This record gives sequence, C-alpha cells and structure tokens, in this order.
Amino acid sequence: MLEIDNLHVEVGELEILHGISLIIPDGQTHVLLGPNGSGKTTLLRTIMGFGSSKVTAGKIIFNGVDVTKKPIDERARLGMGIMFQRPPTVSGLKLGKFIYAAKNIDEERIPELAEKMHMTEFLNRDVNAGFSGGEIKRSEILQLLVQNPSFVMLDEPESGVDVENMALLGKAAASLLEKDVHMKIRSKSGLIITHTGYILDYLEADVGYVLIDGYLRCTGNPREILKSVKESGYKECMACRK
Amino acid sequence: MPEMKGFSEISKEDKERLSLTGINTESMEGRAGSFLLVNDHILHAGSNTDNVEILMIETALQKYDWLKNYMWNNVPADKDQYTKYVAEHPQRGYVIIAHKGAKTTFPLQSCMFLQGDSIQTVHNIVIAEEGSEVHLIAGCASSLKTKEGAHYGINEIYVGKNAKVTSTMIHTWGEGIEVFPRTTTTVEEGGTFLSNYVCMRPTKMVQMYPTAYLKGEGAVARFSSVIVANTGSYIDAGSRAVLQAPNTSAELTTRAITNGGTIISRGAIIAEVPKTKGHIECRGLILKDGIMHAIPEIDGRVVDVELSHEAAVGKIARDEIEYLMARGLSEDEATATIIRGFLDIKIEGLPDSLQKQIENAIDSADHGF
Repeated sequence: MLEIDNLHVEVGELEILHGISLIIPDGQTHVLLGPNGSGKTTLLRTIMGFGSSKVTAGKIIFNGVDVTKKPIDERARLGMGIMFQRPPTVSGLKLGKFIYAAKNIDEERIPELAEKMHMTEFLNRDVNAGFSGGEIKRSEILQLLVQNPSFVMLDEPESGVDVENMALLGKAAASLLEKDVHMKIRSKSGLIITHTGYILDYLEADVGYVLIDGYLRCTGNPREILKSVKESGYKECMACRK
Repeated sequence: MPEMKGFSEISKEDKERLSLTGINTESMEGRAGSFLLVNDHILHAGSNTDNVEILMIETALQKYDWLKNYMWNNVPADKDQYTKYVAEHPQRGYVIIAHKGAKTTFPLQSCMFLQGDSIQTVHNIVIAEEGSEVHLIAGCASSLKTKEGAHYGINEIYVGKNAKVTSTMIHTWGEGIEVFPRTTTTVEEGGTFLSNYVCMRPTKMVQMYPTAYLKGEGAVARFSSVIVANTGSYIDAGSRAVLQAPNTSAELTTRAITNGGTIISRGAIIAEVPKTKGHIECRGLILKDGIMHAIPEIDGRVVDVELSHEAAVGKIARDEIEYLMARGLSEDEATATIIRGFLDIKIEGLPDSLQKQIENAIDSADHGF
C-alpha cells in the first residue's frame, strides 16, 4: 500500500524528518507514537502532500505510484485520506455541500452515515465553524467515511474527546479500516498517531513506531511499545539507537 | 395577471443579462409587479397585487396630489451634480405605493436597462404605508452592445410605521458604464429596511453612499453588499445609517473581492440619541493586485450607544485550500468553493426567492477566479 524510503522533510527551512523509511502493507494498520514536536504530524502531512512540508530527499510510493511530487488532490483521488487534528474553519461552505462534493460512495448512504456520526444537524452549518473538539472529530470521520479512502491517516483521533464520543469514533475508525473484514481479504490500511493509545481499544494495530526528533527509534508490537512508554516515558526510546 | 410588455424589444442575449440581475423577462410568474425602463422609455409598469401600486412617476403625481411632498424630500435636488442633472430633466421612473397593511409574497421587480450610449436618468419613489411589507428587486443592466453610458438614479424610500421594505439591487453593467445611484431612506417607528447590493460584473465606475435615517423608535436598517471588482472597475460603494430614535439599530455587512479593480468600501453609523446600537463588518479578499480600501466609521454623540466595527483584508488561506484538496477537490475547485463561501451572506428576514437570486448572481460570476 504505502512505502516510504529515506524521507527527509523540511518545514520552514528546518529539517524535521531525517530519513524515515517504513512499509505499510495492504490491510494493515500501523501506529505512530512519540513526544510532542517529534515530527509525527509532519510525517502525515508530508504523506498527504501539504505545501508546508518540503521533501528534500527520499520517496513516497503509494500503490506502486511515486507520489512524492504529486499534488494533494491527486493523492486523495488515488485513495489517501487524512483526519485533521485542527482543521480550518471554512466560512460560507456548508458541511453537507462539502461532503457531497467529496463523496466516493453512493449518495443514498450519506444521510445514514451522517446520522451514525450524530452530524445530521451539522450538515447545514459552515464547516468547523464553532464546532467543539468532539464535533470536529465526528465531522472529520464523517468526511472520511464519505470519501472512502483505501489508506487512512488519523492524527490523534482521541484528543479532546469525551468517553461517549470516543466509543463512537473508535468504532467508526474501525469500520473505515475494514476491521470487520477478515484480515486475509482486508485491503484498507492506516497510519494512526496516538498519545494515549485509547484508539487501540476499538481496533487492532499491526505495527507500532516511536518517532523521536525526526528519527524512527523503534518498531514493534504496538501494545508492547505503548506499555513501555506508559511505564518509563520516552527516555529509553531516546537512548535507543536501534 | 397583466401581460408583460416591452421585453419583446430586447434581444435574447440581453434578456440573459437581465436574468442575471434577477429580472424575469418572460412572465410575471413569481413577481408581484413589474417595471421596465429602457434608456428613457418606460415600457412596462404594472402591479398584480391588491393594495400595491406601481405607477409611472408622472401618472402618480397626477393621481396623488400629496406625492409632491415626497418628491426630492429624502434626496435634495441640489445635493450634487448628479441629482441636479436628474432634476433638470423630465422625471422618469416609478412610484410604488404599498397601501396600509398590504403585503406582497413575491418581489416587485424593476428593471433599468441601458441600450445605446447615453445618460439614463431615473427617479423612483417607494412609499410603504403603515404595516405594509414589500420586497423589491431592482435589476440594472446595460446591453452587450452598449460601450459607454451612464446611469443617474434617484431613489427615495419611505418606510412607514411597522412597515418593512427589502430592496435588492443587482448590477450587471458594462465596462464603459458609470453609475451614480443616490438613495435615501427614512424609517419610522418599528419599521425595517433591508438593503442588499450585488455587483459582480465589470463596471467602469460605481459611486454611491445610500443612507438610512432611523427616525422612529425601534426602527432597524441592515445593509448587505457583495462586490467583486475586476481590472478596470472602480467601485466606491458605501452605506450609512443615522440612528435618530431610541432602540434603533443598524448593521452594515460587506464582502468584497478585488480581482484587479478598485473597491472603496465605506460604512458609517452615526448614533445621535441614547439606546442605539450599530455594527459594521467589512471583509475583503485581494485575489489579484488591486485596491481594497475599507473605511468603516462609527460616530457616537451621546451616552449609552453601542457601536462597533470590524474590517479585514487578506488573501485566501492556503490551509483552507489544502483542506478541501485533501478531500479530492482540485486546486481550482477548492479556490472557487472558498470564494463562493466567502461571498455568501445570509440575510436575515429576506424572502427565500431573493436569497436564491443573490446566490444565483454569485454562482454565475464565480467562474474564472
């Protein structure tokens, strides 16, 4: 699905990612951990192609296509989708109109998905205008459900979300990633940034990474990594040069 | 239903231009009344609503002796060179009288059409008597063949006690046309005046500063303007409200985009008595080097007034474009969508049909950004 090779990325002339390499096969979900400011969001934004992240070396291959220099919309049309942590407000654009413009599923399914995400009454509101933390997350997941990407990136899906919304979001994220489909025939993949690991209560992840200061320091079983980080913080990861 | 006269003399292309201004040229369906002025000739004036009259100004003056007291009352004839010019020429235009308690469901349409190179003068008077409610849509356009010309328009609007007037003006002039509307409104106790202005097409020059005097307690005025100025357009469009009675309030809202042209967006609220409120909001986008000059003024003269203004000029935020692109919209689609949203002003109290007309005008013009 996704292959990243020796990726170097600058933001505002400062190198943030120093040679990241990873492979996410079809049907797998990988999890990215790391302290604040380590470059996790930059990595997701670079994969999606945002202008602020400048690739100075390395490649991003998506389903066999080198997308390193491709514009954002082309990557989206190839099947990438991202849940924003802090999406901008778009004044005058109704969420409903935006969703219909971005749809890759049968139109008839949209009302049912909006209902499922408790967003029906938001369809007539400007995108993200005055949305609470939980509402933004629900809106983002709804947009992804309608966009129906084959590769899903979630940037801290649990931040600012109460327990009730967490269950709703967790289940929806699991369905985005086809967790209800047997792993042998599952095709959707994902990369999820998490600080708390709460999202793992709702979906299984296959591989975990720890990103420190722009380097991938650790790769392994996501639950084991999370357990170790919870017990001793990122100190060991910083010391670890593996 | 009265037959529509006059529109048969206008070419198909020009009819399309008129439809951009919200004018229904084919039938009176969905319209409470209609008025058509081509150059200096009135081709049609008629109402199909009880208790609402649309008359040619000369007919109205003959019919109602008292009307002379309303003429040149809100707008003094010697106000400036344009009002003087109109006063020196034969008076042409309409008088709309909404009699006491009359309410129109559909808008009354008036169309000022300029064909050939000339100066068109218009003098219109709107009288909304106590408790009446009228919605006006004024479409102003020039023929595709008209290269140069001018339009001087006097509008005197009288909103009576507890009456409501909404006036929506959509301009579709040409690159060589100069336009000088002179509009003044007075609003009596409990009256409401909503004025909407849309100008999205190239126009050599627009210069206007319509003013509402809120004379009676609880009167309300709201001005909303949507302006796009392309290269070669000079649009100096303001709106002013003078709060002269307690519990009056005014809101002035502008969305303006320069695509190479000049926009002077003026706004003024003057609070002369206590217990009055006013707010000015002006947001501008510069898409291509041009001038976007916002001049909001708030002028309070006594204790217990609340006046505020906010003005912002900027560019389309890159993060918004990228957000939409991440959902698969192309850069051009994303840009057009954001601009469309920027221009979208929801006007409280406006009938759906007029809101739709404004949206159509915006949709038809957003190609090419």
